[in-house]
This record gives sequence, C-alpha cells and structure tokens, in this order.
Amino acid sequence: MSEAGTATLQVEKTSGEPAWLIELRRSAMATFTSVGFPTTKNEDWHFTSVTSIAERRFGVAAPGLAISADTLSNIGYGQDWHTLVFVNGRLISEPAVETLPAGLTITTLASEIESGSEVIKRHFAKLATPDSGSFTALNTTHAEDGAVVRLGADCVADKPVHLVFVSDAGAESAQTHPHNLVFAEKHSQATIIESFVALGADVYFTNAVTEVFVADGARLSHYKLQRESQNAFHVGTIQVHQARDSRYESFSFATGAALSRTNVYTTLAGDAAEAVLNGLYMVDGKQHVDHQTRIEHVQPNCPSREVYKGVLDGRSHGVFNGKVYVHPEAQKTDGKQTNNTLLLSERAQIDTKPQLEIFADDVKCTHGATVGRLDETSLFYMKSRGVNARTARELLTYAFAADVLETIELAEVREGLESATLLRYTDG
Amino acid sequence: MLEIKNLHANIGDKEILKGIDLSVKAGEIHAVMGPNGSGKSTLAQVLAGHPAYDVTQGTVEYDGRNLLEMDPEVRAQEGIFLAFQYPIEIPGVTNAYFLRSAYNEIRKAKGMPELDPLEFLDLMEEKTKIVEMDQAMMNRSVNTGFSGGEKKRNEILQMAVLEPRLAILDETDSGLDIDALKVVSNGVNALRRPDNATIVVTHYQRLLNYIVPDRVHVLAQGRIVKSGGKELALELEERGYDWIPGAAA
Repeated sequence: MSEAGTATLQVEKTSGEPAWLIELRRSAMATFTSVGFPTTKNEDWHFTSVTSIAERRFGVAAPGLAISADTLSNIGYGQDWHTLVFVNGRLISEPAVETLPAGLTITTLASEIESGSEVIKRHFAKLATPDSGSFTALNTTHAEDGAVVRLGADCVADKPVHLVFVSDAGAESAQTHPHNLVFAEKHSQATIIESFVALGADVYFTNAVTEVFVADGARLSHYKLQRESQNAFHVGTIQVHQARDSRYESFSFATGAALSRTNVYTTLAGDAAEAVLNGLYMVDGKQHVDHQTRIEHVQPNCPSREVYKGVLDGRSHGVFNGKVYVHPEAQKTDGKQTNNTLLLSERAQIDTKPQLEIFADDVKCTHGATVGRLDETSLFYMKSRGVNARTARELLTYAFAADVLETIELAEVREGLESATLLRYTDG
Repeated sequence: MLEIKNLHANIGDKEILKGIDLSVKAGEIHAVMGPNGSGKSTLAQVLAGHPAYDVTQGTVEYDGRNLLEMDPEVRAQEGIFLAFQYPIEIPGVTNAYFLRSAYNEIRKAKGMPELDPLEFLDLMEEKTKIVEMDQAMMNRSVNTGFSGGEKKRNEILQMAVLEPRLAILDETDSGLDIDALKVVSNGVNALRRPDNATIVVTHYQRLLNYIVPDRVHVLAQGRIVKSGGKELALELEERGYDWIPGAAA
C-alpha cells in the first residue's frame, strides 16, 4: 500500500525552498515510505480502513475558479470576518492588511516559506510531527499552503478568523495538503473557524494539518466544520499545545465526506490550562466518520471537558476514540468525557471507545458512552399531544443533536449549524 | 361519548386489565380510584394508545368510532388528552415549540388554519394565566429541570391549549402541595364544558374536594368492583378499600 501512496505523490516542490524544509520533507517522505498507510491492525485505525484512499491515485488539483461573493456567503457565516479562501489548495483571497486590528497578522504558509520565515522554520511540523502518523508525514511532505495566524500578546481579535478550504470541479481525483499554523501569544483571545466545503460531488482527498500554540493565559476557540463532498476523503489533524492558564475550546462538526477522520489532540503543558473538546457528527448512506481525540494532562490543576455526539442513519459507520492521559505530575486533574450516539437505522453502526489512562493519584476523571435509538416514551408523549409520528421523530433527533451545538459560543456558527441541523432532520 | 366494554389489556404476558366496563357521557366527570397496582394507570395509558400495552379483548368506542384502531396522535387529534402521571422531559425542544407543533397539528386535522409563532404567543399569554405559570417557562425545554409541581402545571397548560373533548388525568394530584393542587384543579374546572368529559385517575380522595365527580369507580385487580356517586369517594377515604368485595389485596 505504501508504494501506491508514494507513487501517487510525485510532486517535487523542493526547488527554491530553504534547505531545512527540503531536508524535512525528505525525511517525512522516508517515514511515510517505510510505514505506509495505516491498516486496521494499527490500534488507532482498528475501525477505519483507509484502503479506499491508499488504492486510489490522487493527482494534483487544477487551479480553482474564482469564488463569487454569493457562493461564499452560502458557505460561510459572518461576511465581515477576517477570511482566507483557498480553492483546491491554492490561495484565492486573503484579508487586506489594513483591515486587521493591531496585533493580528494573517499570512500564508507559502508566503512565509518564500520569505524565509524563521517562525515557520521553528514551528512547522514541530507539534504534528511526521513520525506521529502516516497522514501527518504525507502532509509534511506535500504541504504547500495554508494559513498562518498570529495573535500578538494581549491582542483580542475584533472578529473571528475564517479559513475556508473549497474544492470545486478542479479538485476531482486530486489531493490537497493544507497546513495551518496558529500562534496565540500571551493573553490573546480569538475565534478561528476552519471550513472544508465542496461546490460539487467530486472525489478528492483532503489531508489537513493545523498546529496551534496557545501561550500563557490565551483563550482560543477553534471550530472545524467539515462539509466536504459526499464522495470525498478527508483526514484532518489538529494538534494543540497549551501553556499555563490557557483555554482552548474546540468543536468538530462533520457531515461531509465518504470517509473522514478527524484527530484533535491537545497537550495541557502548563498549570491550570483548560481544554474543551466537543463535536457533532451526522452521516447517512455509506458514509464513514471517525473522530480521534487525545488530551494529555501533563501538568497539575487542569480541567478538561469533552462531549461528542453522533447521529447515524442509513448504513453509515461512526467511530469515536477519546483518550485522556493523565501523567504522574498532573495532580488535581479534572476530566470528563462523554460520547453519545443516536442510531436512526438498523444498519447504522458505531464503534466508541472512551479511554482513560491515569498515572497520578489525586485526580477526578469520568468517562462514558451511550448508544441508542429514539426514546419510545418520549415519542409516545409527543404523539399523545397530537404531534404526528414523523414530526415527533424529527424533533427528538434535532433535539439530540442541538444539545451539543449549544456549547458553541460564537452565535453565528451556533445558529448556522442549528438551522442546518433542523433542516437536515425536519421539513424546515 | 366513551363506551368501554370488557376491556382486557396485557403488558408482555401479564394481564393487567381483566374486563373493564365503563361509560362516560359528555359533560361528566368520572373518578377512577383504587389501590396501587389495580390497573388505574394502565387504563389511562391504554386509552391514550401507549404502545407497550396489548389489548387482548373488548372494545372501546369513542363517539361511536373504534378508538383502539387509532394511532396515539390520531386519538389526540380527535380530542383525547392524557395528563401523564410522570410527564416526560424532552431536552432540546422548547415548551413553546412543542406545544405549537401539537396545537397546529390538531388544528390541521380539524381543517383549521395554523397559528404563526406570534399568534401562538398571544394564545399562550392567555392560557398560562389559567395555571398561574410564568411565561418564561415556555422558552425552557419541555419539563426539563421542572419541579414536580411545575411538570403537573405544564400538563394542565397543554390541556388548556389543546382543549380536548375527553381529558384523562393520571394521578395529576400525586406529589402536589395544596397550592399547586388548587391551581391544577381550578385549571381543570375552568376548562369544563357541557360537551367535554374528564376521567380523573387518583389514589386520594383529596383531589375530589376540588374536582367534584359525577361518578366514582373503584378499580381493583383489573376490574371495576364498585361504582357510585361522589359520596363513594368519602367512604373510601374513611374505610379504605378492603370492605369492597373483590378489592381486598
């Protein structure tokens, strides 16, 4: 399988790149070549087979067409947000420098590499390292572009930052490897949204990596909205490093792709850092949606909260694997993790595995998972009031999903996802 | 209005109702009393169409039609309402949204125009007064985090909005303090009309001081073992159930 993967990836973009990057890409490529694509024998991939990605040959995407303001408004939310748009992996538009508040800079990976940025040299692929997994190795090898967001110390972003990754017909049978870097300096505060969307039903492969550095006392909300084409493949890794007193809130919303895998990993590397990892996946047909989370409690006094919910219909397959590691020094850890999945059909399937590994002795950690169908008593209660059976099912399904959407602090995203969910399960 | 003949019902393999006969006319209030496990709540649930119960024998006619053939939502649309003994919590669905959906479905079934959210709000302003309920409760999830008394009031509010022809109150009084009991009873009395009827299922005579029944029935071991006027309730309060043939545990 590894041969197929490497053969696909004949892209040699090293000309003009700095020596450190050429070397890094070579070594990442070597790593990938030696390990290949993961198989279901790999514990972290036990329930997700990536054969369908490994056996296809994904080429280079054609340049995307310009996206009209109308199209973008259908995709995005806040029209006046600081927005970067990539189509088929290539930058189409970025916010004008004069629109950014003092302390916030938004550039691109390509331009940073070209200008010989030291920051990129120090941080690129340092959190999500090539040896941490086949797909990160692939990303390191091939990443050309992505967003670089820097929040200076004490900077409170006036508006959310929206990174939009669009795939249009030019992405058919192609692969892209977006790589984003987010630096939230001391006491800064911002909301960052990553949207993965398609304009059609094309088959393509997105392999994204986002590395996030949250410094002392910084607060970052980070929403990932994965609404790829129903025929696409999506693998995305978010790797976060949190310093003391920082707060990182993540929400992963996934309705797209034939096969998707989202990894959200954070390391609580400073005292009293807080992580909130929530998510909602809703799939149908033969879709496969996999979420993998890992919270590393390295330092003491850190709270972490995690709620993932799923609604599976048709013959879809959901996977949730949430790991919480509590290191020996991480006393007074307070962790809570939940995964609830609603199965709407007999043939839908979920594999859920919340995992706790605790090496400290003074901690409070709970985890749990539920899998079920709509509650018959609730259905009867609604019907006994005259609500017809179908509406009752729709309302209960919506309510199940909307429950976790309520945790999203940014109103535009929360309400946007609520109405999308309502539309999905009701007549509107 | 309601004609129950020789009604038998099971839950699983266990027979709970063993031949109930009961006739309710428009304008009447009937009280169904009886010891725990006598089948009172089962009767209420069977009339509302709870899927957990199987009717094995007998007939129930509602306005001359076969009630047992109707789905629960059709029964509700035809004017049957069950106030639950344990109202169900539905997190994520607001009281207002739930009740408006129910109200509009019933209007639709009657061929009447639906109310938009604003018109419905006006209706709620009027109806919440009947049960002395804060309108802010309308924006909370159905019964979620409500106290016992709030849940029961909410049931009567739903009844006030849906204006059923046959209301069945399943132990609506249990767990209520005297103030809440009065509010709930006043609500029921305010909704009384010559063309509708009420079946009050209760364990205690106390409720019948406020909702005065025309007939009182004693249910024991799945059968009605005695019927009488409102004075029967007082006698039951004083003497318990053991003196009634067939009611001894």
